[in-house]
Amino acid sequence: MPAEDEDLKIEPASAPPDPETLRERLRTMARIRAFEEQVGRQFREGNVHGFVHTSIGQEAVAAGSCGVLDRDDFITTTHRGHGHCLAKGADPEPMMAELFGRETGTCHGRGGSMHLADASLGILGANGIVGAGVPIAVGAALAARREQAGRVALAFFGEGAVHCGAFHEGMVLAVAWQAPVVFICENNHYAEFTPSTGAWGGPGLLERASAYGVPALRVEGNDVGKVEAAVRAAVNSARAGAGPAFLEMLTYRMGGHYEGDAEPYRVEGEREEWAERDPIAAVDATLAAAGQDGVAKALLEEARQEMEAAVRNALAAPYPEPEAVMEYVGA
Amino acid sequence: MPDPTATAKPPRYLDAVNAALADEMRADGSVIALGVDIGRGGGAYGVTRGLFEEFGADRVIDTPIAEAGVLGAAVGAAMAGQRPVAEVMYMDFVTVCLDPIVNQAAKLRYMTGGGVTVPIVFRTQTGGGRSGGAQHSQSLEGILAHIPGLDVYCPSDARDAYDLLVAAIRADHPVCFVENRRLYGKRADGWEREALPPGRARLVREGADLTIVTWGRMVPESIAALDALPDVAADLIDLRTLAPLDVDTVVESVRRTGRCLVVHEAVERFGPGGELISKVAEGALFDLDGPILRHGARPTPVPYSPGLEAAMLPDSEGIGAAIARTLEG
Ligand SMILES: Cc1ncc(C[n+]2csc(CCOP(=O)(O)OP(=O)(O)O)c2C)c(N)n1
Ligand SMILES: [Mg+2]
Repeated sequence: MPAEDEDLKIEPASAPPDPETLRERLRTMARIRAFEEQVGRQFREGNVHGFVHTSIGQEAVAAGSCGVLDRDDFITTTHRGHGHCLAKGADPEPMMAELFGRETGTCHGRGGSMHLADASLGILGANGIVGAGVPIAVGAALAARREQAGRVALAFFGEGAVHCGAFHEGMVLAVAWQAPVVFICENNHYAEFTPSTGAWGGPGLLERASAYGVPALRVEGNDVGKVEAAVRAAVNSARAGAGPAFLEMLTYRMGGHYEGDAEPYRVEGEREEWAERDPIAAVDATLAAAGQDGVAKALLEEARQEMEAAVRNALAAPYPEPEAVMEYVGA
Repeated sequence: MPDPTATAKPPRYLDAVNAALADEMRADGSVIALGVDIGRGGGAYGVTRGLFEEFGADRVIDTPIAEAGVLGAAVGAAMAGQRPVAEVMYMDFVTVCLDPIVNQAAKLRYMTGGGVTVPIVFRTQTGGGRSGGAQHSQSLEGILAHIPGLDVYCPSDARDAYDLLVAAIRADHPVCFVENRRLYGKRADGWEREALPPGRARLVREGADLTIVTWGRMVPESIAALDALPDVAADLIDLRTLAPLDVDTVVESVRRTGRCLVVHEAVERFGPGGELISKVAEGALFDLDGPILRHGARPTPVPYSPGLEAAMLPDSEGIGAAIARTLEG
């Protein structure tokens, strides 16, 4: 199914990541999985509010992509952005506190799940508006280009976002400016209640991107090594001044669109099929073949403890003072 | 066979919206519905459930997430003889598709000297107070009501949701139809009420102490505030539609009560309350016993944290305090 032969320009490094790096990525994926599991649980408990979208099954895209970035590179993400933030270095403790609406949260309780952001880590925000992060990443890349410091921007977005104006205008600008931006289109097969494959006719994602003059590549998104290799190639080329690239990451949304979604639209048998391609189990198997047994289990255990601690601290943290509601409105 | 002992429950707000759509689609083959996940998915809140099955993909059109294009296309379809009902899933998202609403639909009849009509409904919903966050909680009806050429309807209960949506679909001009998701599950109270046309306010309660003017979810919120103040007797006016605006009913009431409070969920800053206060001042200034007040949301993006959001949005308690200030003034 992954059609690497559709490669148009990007040449991902073929060497698989060394066991050390793989282990590190597995750690990131385990932390994302454990964070998302807790978010689901805490939503059902009533500690997390509003609209919450988790990324279970998609951890390899976040871990592999952000794995090649430096601290001062930029990312923009979406309503489904917890994993990207964690992989970019955000601390799960204030993230959890943010979802709990606490003053100690990443955004002091003002933002919530859909608006996680940490400028000190180059995280220019999750987003509640589909497509909105795409031109924002292009703008960050424009700033990076002016600085000449080799920084890049990654725009994470779902395959459902590629129909809206913001995406298309973002692509046009990235090409016009040869901006150092990499578009990471996470194809998790659903946009809300709509299966995405073939939904709207026309050419596929790669053809659309390449029609704008952006080199495009489809990547097996549940294989963290392949994700990392492709992103590294695209990022290196953007840093070198060769302009934007587009990567379609084939993956799968294992959970509902939002927490509490009854999912009547789910294609039967599909989830079971994709469970066989679990990104964490895949790395675990690779490491086991290299003689390292039980790594995923150990890392998941460690991550679950970390997230339990994050929950405990979030529960104990104060809420913002209601009188401070006007804080941060203006400059 | 239906259980003979079961008492028929009055419809919920969302059932009323659904019924209005279904009835008008049955009655008029040119009525079509468009929007993200409104067809097979039945809508983000289940409001359009069953329509796809009854009317098919040709009339209940699922769209990609491309609102600017979808609404623009709806404007074109309207000029070409259809009656589109285009959904914008959250009112916050109108910002990504304002051009078809503001520069196209609202102006085409005028710009063409009456040469075209644009019989279109922009359905959307709002509803703060549930930690939806800054981009899923705004009440932006004032932005829409500011635009000449647009009607803006904001039903506060199932009866009005039905009647106003039917009227909106039948109208030959563009209408923004603003539902409130926090009312979706509420059953009609007064389903037997006679239908009122757009542009006619409804006197929900009568009382001589003051006039409260409001719409949408702030109607039940104001009722709750008054229930907690048994000594206060108020005229409670549900405007139902901001455009057209029933100034006469409001002014006539304020002339009797001498005091007026406008309540809305939208932020106060440049909000609809300013317009209403101006109209009241023009029509009833010399009958006033005190300043006309307004009570709306504080001028911040809608915060996520429940306590902050409660501090920002108006609620029955805040309305009660505003009533007290209005009576003191
Ligand atoms: C402009 C806009 N339109 C509609 C929505 C409602 N919405 C939120 S997520 C979503 C689906 C997005 O699908 P995709 O881009 O594939 O991302 P995924 O949820 O799969 O991560 C929709 C329609 C929105 N948030 N913004
Ligand atoms: Mg998707």
